[in-house]
Amino acid sequence: MVSVRNAPRLTRRYTPFFNVLFCFILVALVLGGLSTLWPWNSETPKREFVLQSEEFAPVATVLSTDALAKSTKSSCTFYNCFDVYRCGQHGSSLTVYIYPILRYVDENGLPVMNALSKEFMEILEAIQESKFYVTNPDKACILVPALDLLNQNNLHLKETSQILAGLPYWNSGINHLLFNMLPGNVPNYNPCLEVERDNAIVAGAGLSTWTYRRTYDISIPLFSPLSQDFQHETIEINESPRKWLIVSPQINIHSEYREELEELKEEHPELLVLDECIPAKPDNATERCHDGETYFYPSILKNSTFCLVLQGARLAQATLSDAMMYGCIPVVAIDGYVLPFSEVLDWKRVAVRLREDHLHDLIHILKSISEHRILEMRKQAHFIWTQYFSSIQKITLTTLQIINDRVFPHFARTYEEWNDPPWKEGTTPPLNLPVIVPKSQGFTAVILTYDRVESLFKVIRRVVQAPSIAKVLVVWNNQQKHPPPATSWPKINKPLKVVQTKENKLSNRFYPYDEIETEAVLAIDDDIVMLTADELEFAYEVWREFPDRIVGFPSRVHLWDNNTGKWKYESEWTNEISMVLTGAAFYHKYYSYLYTTSLPGDIKTWVDSRMNCEDIAMNFLVANITGKAPIKVTPRKKFKCPECTNVEMLSADVIHMAERSECINKFAQVYGKMPLKTVEFRADPVLYKDNFPEKLKRFNNIGSL
Amino acid sequence: MKAKKRYFLVLISCAFLILCYFGKYYLWTNGKREAKGFSYTKHKLQSYLSTKEVYGGKDSTVSPRSRRKEKVKTTDTVKCNMARCFDFSRCIDDFKVYVYPVEDSISPAYQKILSIIQESRYYTDDPSQACLFVLSLDTLDRDHLSPDYVKNIHLKLHQRAKYWNNGRNHVLFNLYSGTWPDYIEDLGFDVGQAILAKASTSVSKFRQYFDVSIPLFPKHHPKKGGERGTLTSNNFPVNKKYTLVFKGKRYVHGIGSETRNSLHHIHNNKDIILVTTCRHGKSWKQLKDERCETDNIGFDRSLVWPNLVYCIQSLAQKRGNKMVSGMKSLSYKDRLKSLNLFSLDKRRVRRNRIEVFKIVKVPDIIRSINKTRVHALRQHTRIMWDNYFSSIEKIVMTTLEIIRDRISAQTARSYVIWNSHPGALLSLPQFSDILRDFPFYWRHLAASISPNFTAIIYATMPIMSSSSPLARLIKNVAKSSFASRILVLWNGETAPPIANKLPQVSVPVNIIQPPQKTISSRFHPHPLVQTDAVLNLDEDAVLTTEEVDFAFKVWQSYPERIVGYPARSHYWEDSKSCWGYTSKWTNEYSMILTGAAFYHRYYNYLYTFYLHNLLHKTVDQSQNCEDILMNFLVSHVTNLPPIKVTQRKQYKETIATDGKTYPTPWNDPDHFVQRQICMNTFVDTFAYMPLVRSSLRLDPVLFKDPVSNLRKRYRKLEQEGWK
Repeated sequence: MVSVRNAPRLTRRYTPFFNVLFCFILVALVLGGLSTLWPWNSETPKREFVLQSEEFAPVATVLSTDALAKSTKSSCTFYNCFDVYRCGQHGSSLTVYIYPILRYVDENGLPVMNALSKEFMEILEAIQESKFYVTNPDKACILVPALDLLNQNNLHLKETSQILAGLPYWNSGINHLLFNMLPGNVPNYNPCLEVERDNAIVAGAGLSTWTYRRTYDISIPLFSPLSQDFQHETIEINESPRKWLIVSPQINIHSEYREELEELKEEHPELLVLDECIPAKPDNATERCHDGETYFYPSILKNSTFCLVLQGARLAQATLSDAMMYGCIPVVAIDGYVLPFSEVLDWKRVAVRLREDHLHDLIHILKSISEHRILEMRKQAHFIWTQYFSSIQKITLTTLQIINDRVFPHFARTYEEWNDPPWKEGTTPPLNLPVIVPKSQGFTAVILTYDRVESLFKVIRRVVQAPSIAKVLVVWNNQQKHPPPATSWPKINKPLKVVQTKENKLSNRFYPYDEIETEAVLAIDDDIVMLTADELEFAYEVWREFPDRIVGFPSRVHLWDNNTGKWKYESEWTNEISMVLTGAAFYHKYYSYLYTTSLPGDIKTWVDSRMNCEDIAMNFLVANITGKAPIKVTPRKKFKCPECTNVEMLSADVIHMAERSECINKFAQVYGKMPLKTVEFRADPVLYKDNFPEKLKRFNNIGSL
Repeated sequence: MKAKKRYFLVLISCAFLILCYFGKYYLWTNGKREAKGFSYTKHKLQSYLSTKEVYGGKDSTVSPRSRRKEKVKTTDTVKCNMARCFDFSRCIDDFKVYVYPVEDSISPAYQKILSIIQESRYYTDDPSQACLFVLSLDTLDRDHLSPDYVKNIHLKLHQRAKYWNNGRNHVLFNLYSGTWPDYIEDLGFDVGQAILAKASTSVSKFRQYFDVSIPLFPKHHPKKGGERGTLTSNNFPVNKKYTLVFKGKRYVHGIGSETRNSLHHIHNNKDIILVTTCRHGKSWKQLKDERCETDNIGFDRSLVWPNLVYCIQSLAQKRGNKMVSGMKSLSYKDRLKSLNLFSLDKRRVRRNRIEVFKIVKVPDIIRSINKTRVHALRQHTRIMWDNYFSSIEKIVMTTLEIIRDRISAQTARSYVIWNSHPGALLSLPQFSDILRDFPFYWRHLAASISPNFTAIIYATMPIMSSSSPLARLIKNVAKSSFASRILVLWNGETAPPIANKLPQVSVPVNIIQPPQKTISSRFHPHPLVQTDAVLNLDEDAVLTTEEVDFAFKVWQSYPERIVGYPARSHYWEDSKSCWGYTSKWTNEYSMILTGAAFYHRYYNYLYTFYLHNLLHKTVDQSQNCEDILMNFLVSHVTNLPPIKVTQRKQYKETIATDGKTYPTPWNDPDHFVQRQICMNTFVDTFAYMPLVRSSLRLDPVLFKDPVSNLRKRYRKLEQEGWK
């Protein structure tokens, strides 16, 4: 009874379960069926790039009837063969796709390509790990076939071309990049990869001026296997003279060169010409001989100032890279050789180029090079090697960066970014127009004020007397109080603007307000009422001649205190100046912008939190980028009211001076050096204090107390 | 409860099954990624080349000598580079240029080019001395529709150019080639191995390291001097009315027309103004399209160059023209490479549609460049304009200097020299191979300027006693702690004084005799001058040690300028419409007399080897004005005035100690007339007035301040000198 009653209940209870199960199976089947139609589940699985050696890679058959790529276009330039419209989808950066690695075999199943070399793997690895790498060929600007073309000796030219033509996105080779290190073959050694490759770009070593397609190909260095074992501590690049003036370390040079060099050597014992040892040891690359003496390559390069690089069968020689590695200045005597990365690197700073015809003049030319230049070149050679030649990864990334610069010229790296070593100390001044600023522009007086309205008005009335003033800008730094109503301001015949700041910060005085329309800014405190129109006008005149400096009135100097081992701020009457206070000074508006945007470290917050030293910070900033001292104009004046001197003020002064000294030490520490420059002169009008009628002097109201 | 659990279990298992099914692919590929480590082991792989291949690979078949001697075939001249197509043996000793004698009438522009070369220091009239040859046949305009087109040039070439030799060592100047609508870059005759100095060369036709790309200049371009760029305001941020401007012809079809036809897509009539006109030649009306009428109206409402930030360069026959005018107003933004090769955007248009797409990106690209870079580029265009573009002389000389740099590659000027003020034309590499020896770059290098100076005293009067002015001067200069050597340059009629007649001082004193006894010899570079600073002195200069010290300190801050004591001024005399010279005390000055002045020794080199012969002749003939010329030279280089430092009252002594009055030029009225004539000759030769005025004098910080004299370092400066 129970069971009878239970059975239908059970069925009833389980029916929905089976329904659900059935539905699931149905859905699964339908989806399963559909899924077979998805591309990623098709019969031929989509091959994506995986860094693996080709023995594990899928096989692709090259038929002898397959079409070859069209012949190489020698007239290609960036402008007619490169498709820039593939680029730029990734912002302003190149995108590079790598084809999957495949094992190519012919109809008989025999491989048509040699095994991928270690260096080629490193190229692929470098690309894959770079910021340029993308997995989607449709989004790629540059496509790199995973075909090892580094050494033409290992290539079957026809089959390689067939493989290229058969690549799925080949499109007559447009935007395809091929890497090659050893081009050509016996007997001609063509200075370019001889695989027919249609539009493809070559990053090749040993290109000559007529195989290198300017703006299109990239000349890369021949990677020297010795680079991997180089230890930086083994060489020192300094002024000390090396044993040999020049060494010719190559064993593969033509006998004609060798004869010529031997002849030179007779006259000049500072030349060392190395050759193979006898008996020859073909597998031993390190032993080289001269006159029965054995020298070891490459360490011999350490002992020579210059290293001669001549062509062997091919133009590119590993000796070039080896020499640079050891700080030996390469003397490249290979006519028509396009030096590696010469599109961006300045080889004049690295190597001496010599025509082969002038080989006999070698010693004479080298001896005419000054010692200082030798040191510069030696350092530069080693720097360029470290930066761009020392590993396959660096060579690859440099190649891609060059293409990137071509595609996005407005974001291209500058000459300085490519060539200047990081230890370069000099300044490239941001203001370098070789002109005296025209007078017509005039200057803008920027007055920082808090609440001293009366004195402010006095200053305004004073400054507008200077004929060249164009505008007065009052920076109202008081948030508690509003500026006085428009009617109460002094009536002046020049535009007057008031900007109200949101916060009482000292940095507000240096903000590059849009209201400042002139180049020249006169920063003036609201209590500097003692400057005459002549003095202001003269200072403006001086600034016009030195627009990259701070030109102003009260000056200070920094001194090194031997007792405390610290810098000290000095405001006494001294014979030197290194700072001009911005309580009354002219400077270029550009420095306002720099002060606001690019003060190093935490200087800006330091200044704002202490409500002090903004003028010292400005002096540091300008001195640091120009390497020049400020200019003080006209004799010293009493700038603070003389009658308010009392004991309290004096003690406040002592604290003030201590704070200022602290600022100098802080800033010097942030800059990592002391950028301020000290000078012993100031600027006065030509006829100042000269025995000459005052009336005829253009600026006569100067220096009165 | 139990049932719910079962449902749940079944659901989970079903989900798992489905997950397995779909996730198969992902798991498979992930698995493969993990397998990367197995399938790729670096150290097991072979290197791409064997040791033998790196250091072996001997070329034993072809003799390099015969390979180099191999004649370049006529059809092969596209492969020319300097090593193949240039005869260096002609240029070993010197770099001289020969110009063929002119037989036909030639265009004024070409005439200017030839006369510039003939007037330059590189000119020779002896073809056997010449390194370069310049044709007298006008090759500037090779548009066969042009009136200046020379017909049958090929024949004439073979008749007249005796040293042609398939163009070896010849330089051909060309501005226009081909004609509308294609403007092919062919000159209409075989240029052979001649170096082409051509405006509008394309990357594909340009023979790299061989040809020279020059700017296209208009017919009225000044021969010499040339206007300075109009960018004098260096405001930041650059706030001009227009951001991007193009104004030019739009050929409705033909080369470059696609680009120009699409310009109107980004014209917004606010900050981007791109106006074109269809008017060109005679037949433009037949070919005009629907936009021509409105375009022409917009074009005629002209706008001015100075108010813009960028201007566009696009492919067109006369693109150089635009560039020259654009650069003058300092707005042209382009990549100017060291060798003066301009990378213009000559992207050939494949499909119009795509070009439109590209052109609409231009405003974005331009606005994406940050303010500081725009500011820097603007300054750079002005410097480039001033250095290399502003006159035909500069363009021609730049061309010659580029070729010269290629010939002597080891003294080629660096990128920094080419790309900064004052540029390669004024930085002679024969002076030094390092930048810090020049007065312009030491800040760029953070090098320090040398802490000593060498004094050169120009002497003609025999030394009578140990208290003679010369002896006193030597003593005073030698007392300066910065003096490293004193040279007495003996220019007198008599034999030079014997060394022991000179006072015994702590620094070496040498008596030297110039190679030629001219007044300019005081600026002759002497190997004994090894410091950066030179103090040039007249023998009768009266200077105290303090004055010397202070002036030297000032000079260290301004090594590119002349720093000295007595100043002179120039002014424009309206009534005579010529320049006037004055020694009166004025509020301004523009020259410092080199009878007592510090300057960089490089200027001695420039004075002697750079200046035009005509200038030297003027000085030698008048036996005067050498100091004015030096001031012209330095201001020409720097664009800046000299610097006057303070001096004690009394500078010149007219009465020597022995009571006799020597005739000095200073009390001779003819002297001033002569100097005025000199100055006007110089202005003519420089083709402009390089002098700049200044109204400031540099004094010691505490000069004449009301403070104890004991505090002052240069207290004697405030005292009166001897009468």
